[in-house]
Amino acid sequence: MIRVLVAKPGLDGHDRGAKVIARALRDAGMEVVYTGLHQTPEQIVDAALQEDVDVLALSILSGAHPTLVPRIMDLVRENKMDNMLVLLGGIIPDDDVDSMIAAGISRVFGPGTDTQDIVDYIRERVADDD
Amino acid sequence: MTEIQDLVEGIGQGEKRAVARGLTWIERDSEKGKQLVRALFPMAGKAHIVGITGAPGVGKSTLVNRLTLALRNHGYRVGILAVDPSSPFTGGAILGDRIRMQESVMDQGVFMRSLASRGHLGGLSRATFGAVTLLDAAGFDYILIETVGAGQSEVEIMQLAHSTMVVLAPGLGDDIQAIKAGILEIGQIFVVNKADRDGADHTARAIRGMLTLGMQHLEWFPPIIKTVAENGEGMDDLIAAIAKHREFLQESGRLDSIREGQTRHLIELALQDWSLRAMRLAEQDETFWTALREAVAHGQADAADAARKIVESAQRGGATVGS
Repeated sequence: MIRVLVAKPGLDGHDRGAKVIARALRDAGMEVVYTGLHQTPEQIVDAALQEDVDVLALSILSGAHPTLVPRIMDLVRENKMDNMLVLLGGIIPDDDVDSMIAAGISRVFGPGTDTQDIVDYIRERVADDD
Repeated sequence: MTEIQDLVEGIGQGEKRAVARGLTWIERDSEKGKQLVRALFPMAGKAHIVGITGAPGVGKSTLVNRLTLALRNHGYRVGILAVDPSSPFTGGAILGDRIRMQESVMDQGVFMRSLASRGHLGGLSRATFGAVTLLDAAGFDYILIETVGAGQSEVEIMQLAHSTMVVLAPGLGDDIQAIKAGILEIGQIFVVNKADRDGADHTARAIRGMLTLGMQHLEWFPPIIKTVAENGEGMDDLIAAIAKHREFLQESGRLDSIREGQTRHLIELALQDWSLRAMRLAEQDETFWTALREAVAHGQADAADAARKIVESAQRGGATVGS
């Protein structure tokens, strides 16, 4: 069973996208933990640790990704959660994608992404070991 | 040191990563997970296990959040398991209980895990029993188990919890009627949540009326506690009620019989698993299966005969079925 944490870091109050993704992953047979709005990097990584998820899917629309993402990835490494796949969605300008990948994000999914692409991407990379 | 010994040691020290990984093993129901539960079983038995059940929307998650904060104020370490339903079609699930537990779950003395029911009926998931053993072995003083939103038949929690709490809210119409046959009978503590709303007293009176009808003979009369989980009102009363129930269990010697009941239930679950595997194995053997099915269909044997043959066949192939 593939387990995913869908998380909304930072201050933006829009989680429609996150909910659409959560629903699509559930319909693809995954278990999706959703933690709600306004999460700090510490809260998100702690939740991912306790839930032992295979995938962390972040949604950021506020433009704060240049500060939030490196902080989250630092915590991920501190906690030795290197096997976890970390995805980023929301409003991420093209110019920022490289720096997000450099910070440790596996893939950035922008607006208009077909949810099936995200499902396929996860399935290709996460072993569904039961 | 083997991987399992490592994990057992980490869990015994309450390490979050070890606890989280161990829970995953148990959820996978792998041989490693079973070995882990066996290794942890002797370390468990100290925690007080509290079940929280009730209809969807009565505020179970919010109540767990507040109760956890209140227990932490008393210095207790709290483990939380929250079960949500899996889709019967895709097997997927949305596990949303953390949304209402944000305040409490960041605390280092708290560990919270969301569990999907994965097709298990009864309000829990198959892994919940092993998960409780793990959290118990990890040294949590209280383990709170939130069931899926329950109706009349999600009563399995009573097999697992020391104190089962049934949560209701005023204004859910005929809610008392809806639960009287099922979960009303398993409540050892009743909580009327959202007690700042109209009708809370009415709901409390209705529960009391229901309880006095058939339960005068009981040694434990379930208390009815009014709470407003949103702002934490009533949590001290609730903690006191749980403590009192634990005292009752200790003094009446019932803690031991609960443990016996848990063990019995675990064996029963294992037996169900085993028989389901025997069934699947029989179905894979096409000649055997077709002959059985035809015999029942044509009245040469009844279903019980067929079941007996399946069990016998599984015993002969014991190693594959039993594993």
